[in-house]
Amino acid sequence: MNAMATGPAPLLAVTDLRKYFPITGGVLQRRVATVQAVDDISFTVGRGETLGIVGESGCGKSTTARLLVQLLKPDSGSIVFDGMLVGENGDISTRDLRRNVQMVFQDSYSSLNPRLPIEDTIAFGPSVHGVPVAQAKQRARDILAKVGLDPNQFIRRYPHELSGGQRQRINIARALALEPRLVVLDEPVSALDKSVEAQVLNLLVDLKSDLDLTYVFISHDLNVVQYLSDRVLVMYLGKAVEIGPVEAIYGRPQHPYTRALLSAMPSMDPDRRLEQAPITGDPPNPINPPSGCRFRTRCPHAEDVCARIEPRLAGAPEDGAHRIACHMLIAGSGHSAAPAQGA
Amino acid sequence: MTTETAPHAATARATANEPLVRVEDLRVTFTSRDATVNAVNGVNFTLDQGEVLCILGESGSGKSVTLRALMRLLPPRRSRLGGKVMIGGRDVMAMNDDQLADLRGADVAMIFQEPMTAFDPVYTIGQQITETITRHDGVSQSAARARALELLELVQIPSPERRLKSYPHEMSGGMRQRAMIALALSCRPSLLLADEPTTALDATVQIQILLLLRKLRRELGMAVLFVTHDVGVAVEIADRIAVMYAGRFVETGPVATLIREPEHPYTRGLLSSTVHGAMRGRRLEAIGGSPPNLTALPPGCSFAPRCRYAEPACDAAVPAEVWINPQHMARCIRVAPGQAASGGFTLRKP
Ligand SMILES: Nc1ncnc2c1ncn2[C@@H]1O[C@H](COP(=O)(O)OP(=O)(O)OP(=O)(O)O)[C@@H](O)[C@H]1O
Ligand SMILES: Nc1ncnc2c1ncn2[C@@H]1O[C@H](COP(=O)(O)OP(=O)(O)OP(=O)(O)O)[C@@H](O)[C@H]1O
Ligand code: SF4
Ligand SMILES: [Mg+2]
Ligand SMILES: [Mg+2]
Repeated sequence: MNAMATGPAPLLAVTDLRKYFPITGGVLQRRVATVQAVDDISFTVGRGETLGIVGESGCGKSTTARLLVQLLKPDSGSIVFDGMLVGENGDISTRDLRRNVQMVFQDSYSSLNPRLPIEDTIAFGPSVHGVPVAQAKQRARDILAKVGLDPNQFIRRYPHELSGGQRQRINIARALALEPRLVVLDEPVSALDKSVEAQVLNLLVDLKSDLDLTYVFISHDLNVVQYLSDRVLVMYLGKAVEIGPVEAIYGRPQHPYTRALLSAMPSMDPDRRLEQAPITGDPPNPINPPSGCRFRTRCPHAEDVCARIEPRLAGAPEDGAHRIACHMLIAGSGHSAAPAQGA
Repeated sequence: MTTETAPHAATARATANEPLVRVEDLRVTFTSRDATVNAVNGVNFTLDQGEVLCILGESGSGKSVTLRALMRLLPPRRSRLGGKVMIGGRDVMAMNDDQLADLRGADVAMIFQEPMTAFDPVYTIGQQITETITRHDGVSQSAARARALELLELVQIPSPERRLKSYPHEMSGGMRQRAMIALALSCRPSLLLADEPTTALDATVQIQILLLLRKLRRELGMAVLFVTHDVGVAVEIADRIAVMYAGRFVETGPVATLIREPEHPYTRGLLSSTVHGAMRGRRLEAIGGSPPNLTALPPGCSFAPRCRYAEPACDAAVPAEVWINPQHMARCIRVAPGQAASGGFTLRKP
């Protein structure tokens, strides 16, 4: 399942992706500041793989997702889907990309048109893409059954007549109606109750193997990401701080932020309650992120170099597929814990 | 809606001294032209001084309404309130508006998921805390300001001196939550009602607030009624957990018992469908079906339509509270009093 660096070309390859948002102010609406929402992020997603993206609120997860499905235009960087460059001067049109790459949003309510019955909502995408109406409607029924909703019972209903879990199934059905190869799921279960969350997670697992899908799965819930992902990308304030196989990220986390995030997880064991917070303070404002390493203001290991130089992602000593952006792991970085140059 | 129902919680936890909070057969319905929502349907519990009880339940189960009912903070025209609420030996249901204002300002404080609702955006944090203290304690401005500063230190706000002069919108989410806790503590309440105070926070901030609440509870001896939908959070903070479903406590017990030896099928389902580390690659045991419709509750157990152990008797009447031991209660006809965990009934699968 895991895409090896040396294996076949990945389904998705993202290089140095960047998106800054201007903050305007005053009567003239001049740019007064910039949010560096996604700042030079690179990753790949192998065929049939699930890449999990985790990080705290505002770290750029949704912005990354919207860039991937072309709801936003990147400032710079490239996205290559199945060997084809995406974008204005690319090899694949936005229309073709949309058919291949679909997105499921967190808010199951506002992402459905309240005036359309379920059937039309699901059939809409295919008919826009040239599937004859009757066929599109048949496809809607088939997919509805696939996501575990009886077509006879649900096809004429409107969004307000559904529970949250049912609405999220409709959202998934709608995304699948175009028979995409990659599905970007942005917090698809975060608004759901736990008992319903489990239903939807099981569904996502089933659909992936039935339909040969590849997922980018975004969540702030570390347990859910661990459950679903083959590889995991950890973001902090617009930066990728660590990426690697799920076993490595959860079993041998290297970046101080990843470690803090994992140790902040409730233990679910009343005899092993947390006695100390792994890090103090709040994530800083993304408008003026710290210089150098963005985590340095909360990092217990920060040294001079961390404020001066931004650490690049570098392979872990034992495992090149596990990459970390921290001066402590960069040979000769000048951090006292770093291995010596050439060691 | 009488309060003369069979003795329940009270008999099981009967002690010589009265608990800080005693709630019996609490009921709340909301009525509108087209429907009656049965939000709380006979909740019983007690809370001792300095104890932390967590109400754990899914969206719409009635957690927030229960908390608000304790302080009678519900829209009077649209809601009907029944049952008995005693706080510190006083009958809350019998209080007039002045007495209620006293209760809310002094003995009982409340914190919410969204701290912005607790603050007025046009005044600084310092002004608002100071104002509350002078109103409540009748002390001088400068004494109140000194105490406000102490409170910000107590809730571990960095540079508290400077933060007193901040407006709510100038603070980060975690900081605002701390400031709201400081405001809530300004009147030295003996009971803190906390409605999902960490749900909107990031994981690394959430744990800081939970640890802070634990420390404050230890140092100030407050009792806390803490509402959450997150099992992990409940395990971090609770002495006892009450699991709520369709407006009833379906199971209560000490945190360790509830997590390790849950008896009610809903509690079991909730725990086994909660994803955690060791589950990778395994299929999740989801609870089928959808959450209950509070406008049309079944006459029997409200979990029966989703319960894999349901039998015809479950639909006959709402299961009574069964005390498995003096600490552990479940509302399920398949649980027998005094029965040890999983006495025969786990084995009977459909
Ligand atoms: N359209 C926009 N204009 C200005 N700023 C934006 C815009 N969209 C996002 N941002 C900012 O970019 C940053 C990243 O936002 P993003 O929504 O990607 O975060 P996220 O990781 O998805 O957070 P969450 O977990 O809260 O969903 C945030 O600081 C956000 O306020
Ligand atoms: N003012 C109101 N008028 C009518 N119905 C209400 C009112 N307040 C709450 N309800 C209903 O009462 C039920 C219980 O609501 P409550 O807010 O207690 O749920 P909760 O357990 O706190 O859920 P959540 O986890 O989503 O906060 C819900 O069905 C809700 O829609
Ligand atoms: S680079 Fe420096 S500040 Fe950043 S995580 Fe590593 S040690 Fe901490
Ligand atoms: Mg987001
Ligand atoms: Mg609530």
